[in-house]
Amino acid sequence: MTETDIQPATTVDARGAACPGPLMDLIGEMRSADSGAIVRLLSDNEQSLTDVPEWTNEAGHDLLATEETDDHYAFYVEKA
Amino acid sequence: MTERVVIVGGGTGGAVLANDLADRLGSEIDAGEVEVTLVNDDPDHVYKPVWLYVPFGQREPADGRRPLRELVDDRVGLRIDHVTEIDTDRERLRTTGGSTMRYDYLALATGSTLAPGEIPGLEEGGHDYYSETGSEALREALLSFTEGHLVLSVIGTPHMCPAAPLEFVFMADDWLRERGLRDDVDITYTYPIQRVHGNPHIAEWARPLMDERDIGVETFFNAESVDPDAETVTSMEGTELDYDLLVAIPPHRGIDLIEDAGLGDRGWVDVDKHTLEAEAADDVYALGDTADTGVPNAGSVAHYQAGVVGQRIASEIRDRPATATYDGKTLCFIETGMDAASFVEFDYESPPSPAPPSQKLHWSKLAYNESYWLTARGLL
Repeated sequence: MTETDIQPATTVDARGAACPGPLMDLIGEMRSADSGAIVRLLSDNEQSLTDVPEWTNEAGHDLLATEETDDHYAFYVEKA
Repeated sequence: MTERVVIVGGGTGGAVLANDLADRLGSEIDAGEVEVTLVNDDPDHVYKPVWLYVPFGQREPADGRRPLRELVDDRVGLRIDHVTEIDTDRERLRTTGGSTMRYDYLALATGSTLAPGEIPGLEEGGHDYYSETGSEALREALLSFTEGHLVLSVIGTPHMCPAAPLEFVFMADDWLRERGLRDDVDITYTYPIQRVHGNPHIAEWARPLMDERDIGVETFFNAESVDPDAETVTSMEGTELDYDLLVAIPPHRGIDLIEDAGLGDRGWVDVDKHTLEAEAADDVYALGDTADTGVPNAGSVAHYQAGVVGQRIASEIRDRPATATYDGKTLCFIETGMDAASFVEFDYESPPSPAPPSQKLHWSKLAYNESYWLTARGLL
């Protein structure tokens, strides 16, 4: 986990969503994102800690950082 | 002063809720103290689970249609109209032609729509069984399909009936075996995440069955485009699959009206997942597919949620505390072939544990589909 000052182009707030909702919300946003754009996903589902890295690795996107706060995680993903 | 309850959408959630309210508030309706109006843009109620059976020649789309007027209590005002605007500040709806309807309580049960146009080439290159016309066209394609590669691709979630893609490949496998064609047909199932179903317990149960039945699996496959001429489907992850028959679960959306009213994104209403009250407006409920609760978009969910919304609205009208809450209860039969099925039951706290497939459960599913019309009437 890292603290980051990365500025995302868009934020997907999937807090409260059950698995696999947060990952699907991220995938949906990445469909329309431009190459090089950074998307931030907010999730309070622990499964996202494995779902998101696995998918970004599979899809070739860069998971730039993962932040943990008291009640949620923030994932910063750059579209390939 | 008359309290006005307006329900938008005449699918399972809307029809069951209308009948539930007519039952709970019968005396108040008879006394003119309460009006319940159901607005739907189609005079028919459509029972969508019938469509799964159409491609295999077992049902007709007409089997899933009945006039709403025959299903809904006479105390419910039925209005065949199209809602064009929801004004939650003024508690009014606008309908086609510019007329307005005032509400004191609004229940949105507007359901899912298909958005195949979001995937380039899908409308031209793919089939579906998530619509009447789609299921009929797929029937014709399947009847002439004797060899090649059948690809079932789940494109995005949420979608209606999360078990139906698994059911389709299990049924297709069995149907092709019965017809002596299975050796000449490869079947591949694709899913957007790293397993074959969104629910890990159902995925864990289904995957070995797929392996036993020689159903190929591609996970982390999010279809990005379809080339109808080359007969290929390409994923966001960079995988390209050749197909001879593409059966897709198209992207789903709610109706634009929801987003226009500021109630949620992509047509799904942000709700408290227990009370089903909209987060962005007072006196507004959502149920069924329309309510963004994270549970499956399934008829059983809409059915149970209708009882919760009905009780809560009736309590509010009677100035009593609304105590009913939705616990995530979901029931689902899962066909595992042409004459066997499993069954799952789960809620927010308890995960599903699929029952061993049996012919008895298959017949139970068919029997439930027949008795569904009692559910729509609020009797079962």
